[in-house]
Amino acid sequence: MSLDLVFHYLVSPIFIRGAVMTLLLTVASLFFGVLIGLVLALIQETQTRAGRIGTLAYLWVFRGTPVLFQIIFIYNVLPSFGIKLSAFVCAVLALSLNEGAYMAEIVRSGLQAVKKGQRTAGLALGMTTSQMMRYVVIPQAARIVLPPIGNQMIGMLKLSALVSVIAVEELLLVANQTASADFRYFEALSAAGIYYLVLTTVFMAIQVAIESALDPKKRRRTRRVSLTERLLGSAETLAVR
Amino acid sequence: MQHLLEIVGINKSFGSLQVLKGCGLQVNPSETVVLIGPSGSGKSTLLRCVNLLETVDSGDILFQGENITHSHRSAHLLRRQIGMVFQNFELFSHLSAVENIMLAPVKILGLSQADAHDIATDLLRKVQIPDKADAFPDELSGGQQQRVAIARALAMRPQLMLYDEPTSALDPEMIREVLDVMTQLSSEGMTSIVVTHEMGFARRAADRIVFMEHGEIIESAPSDQFFNGTVNDRARRFLDQILH
Repeated sequence: MSLDLVFHYLVSPIFIRGAVMTLLLTVASLFFGVLIGLVLALIQETQTRAGRIGTLAYLWVFRGTPVLFQIIFIYNVLPSFGIKLSAFVCAVLALSLNEGAYMAEIVRSGLQAVKKGQRTAGLALGMTTSQMMRYVVIPQAARIVLPPIGNQMIGMLKLSALVSVIAVEELLLVANQTASADFRYFEALSAAGIYYLVLTTVFMAIQVAIESALDPKKRRRTRRVSLTERLLGSAETLAVR
Repeated sequence: MQHLLEIVGINKSFGSLQVLKGCGLQVNPSETVVLIGPSGSGKSTLLRCVNLLETVDSGDILFQGENITHSHRSAHLLRRQIGMVFQNFELFSHLSAVENIMLAPVKILGLSQADAHDIATDLLRKVQIPDKADAFPDELSGGQQQRVAIARALAMRPQLMLYDEPTSALDPEMIREVLDVMTQLSSEGMTSIVVTHEMGFARRAADRIVFMEHGEIIESAPSDQFFNGTVNDRARRFLDQILH
């Protein structure tokens, strides 16, 4: 066991590239996942029969099968239809499609949490339906869905390790390969673990920052709160509990 | 004189329940019409038909002489000229009082933030809460919220105001402050249709009282005539009930 070697792995180009790949996979899949989720949720909002059946089928397929299965399926089956994509694209595709199904439910719950009267008030002022969604419903829904989306962000980071099975050079694959080449499992896996923890910590901080940016009342407050205090909850809220 | 609003024989059903039966109503500019009647009599539905929040099955609605009954595609344009106030206020909870008032002028009419802010500040003064500009809806009392909601509707400079039971969700001590604002607006010539159970307000501010029951307009009379005897029996019975 050597901490020097852990450090050596941490700063080695191959680990850094692996961490960047993991981050890239996560961010790209989250982006497209949120996009798919938003579109699916808005389709469900319109309450058309075809839209409902379509989204239901989508959710049924992508929530009903393992992500690992979806990754392997897309990577191995698409080429036989003449669609040749790189492993990275396949990975993002599979993760996004899967994420979209969960995001759709999260976004839908957020949209439904905004009461009907708020929409009516927007329309009564003379807004078009899209203005009403944009200025009245979505800003309120965004605050509601942020905590579950934060969960999904961190979940996605960990889920991205699964794509090592289709040989995408992400963190876990790099660590595993390095470890089996050098027989230094502890050091290699520790280095990967540290990267995962650093990334999840960054994600948590981003979530806290967005949450306070979206809280209209916080915009008004002048007192700046330290990051650790915000992560742990301020003394004030602890006292209330 | 041309009516500002003319409703001609409208019918409306929800499933097998007919909620409006051949309702007709004319509202002149600067007139305040108070719509009363037992709950479930179709008052709110009639109000919501005026700004096309509900569609009618048959009949016609004319606004400023133009038949708007079937112009659902341009309903948003009509609604910019008609303000509406709701029983539950429905202030946008993510915006402060002043932002609630500014939203529509900025996003719909394209006013600058500064101009909209000036308008909003004036309106908050008009509804007697200039010091609550930066308060959020959940920091305001019901009466204050409803007054912000009135200011929000006025910010679009409407030709007509619709009030749907504006004081029914308020504690008794707050009803007065909202009614005072409405009374003042009426006296300044704001054309209004008010669904309410507040007979004191009806006496004070209404030019005409319309009594509805079971989806029908039973009586439509000038306010002094309505309160001084010569009305339909059913309207009389309803009045006796709510005035004890």
